Amino acid sequence: MSTTEILFWFLSALALVSATMVLISKNPVHSILWLIIVFFAISGHYILLNAQFLAIVNLIVYAGAIMVLFLFVVMLMNLNSDSEPQKNNRFKIAGAISGGCLMLIMIDVIRDAGEVQNAKALVKEGNIGLIKNLGMVLFKDYVIPFEISSVLFLAAMVGAVVIGKRN
Amino acid sequence: MPITYYIVLSIVLFCIGVVGVLTRRNAIIIFMCIELMLNAVNLLLVAFSKMHNGKAIVSNPTSTVGIDGQLFVFFIMVVAAAEVCVGLSIIVMMYRNTHSVDVNFLNRLKN
Repeated sequence: MSTTEILFWFLSALALVSATMVLISKNPVHSILWLIIVFFAISGHYILLNAQFLAIVNLIVYAGAIMVLFLFVVMLMNLNSDSEPQKNNRFKIAGAISGGCLMLIMIDVIRDAGEVQNAKALVKEGNIGLIKNLGMVLFKDYVIPFEISSVLFLAAMVGAVVIGKRN
Repeated sequence: MPITYYIVLSIVLFCIGVVGVLTRRNAIIIFMCIELMLNAVNLLLVAFSKMHNGKAIVSNPTSTVGIDGQLFVFFIMVVAAAEVCVGLSIIVMMYRNTHSVDVNFLNRLKN
């Protein structure tokens, strides 16, 4: 078992366990902290796939900015574990069963899919994930969507201020 | 690394997010589960991008086939950041009006 495989299995197990803990934790703050661990594990996967730019952006944007925003909101609201009313147990079981069915069906579909049977993802090498190559494509082929996304950010900023304003 | 491993990992992460949306009532946790699903899709896009690139660089070592997948991930992150910004302000406003983040209190639009 090579180092890459060990890292892959470790990061996958970390992501899955932390994602499950996000659901199980009663305290919303603990859920957020577990979700940050999931994002770190996914960033580790990106580094393993040599997508260095996305790994760093994932850490800065998701684990940094978005999760800090979540933490701020939760701590402003002063939620604790007993503020969440208990849902009927039947609904929880029904939700888990339907999610599990979705998972089984999708896994069964890809088990028989011919195109991905012997395909391998290039690990540890290849240079398309480097900032230079991504920047060349981003500012040549995708410059219009890039500019439009700045308008999207402006709209989101204005929207958040308008919605959050106390009237 | 076989691509099926990445597909299965992403499917399981996505379904954990789906189960979270279905079973939890706290609006913030539901929102976090949506982020989890977005991240599962992002991981799969990067894995597929590396799969196509791995096939292409055998014949041409400087090929950038598959780089679009990573740019899509970049744009998904942009949209997710904007979405979180608006969504959290909606949740804050909802908490200000009802003093709760329970999504079941939102059913008064029904009548």
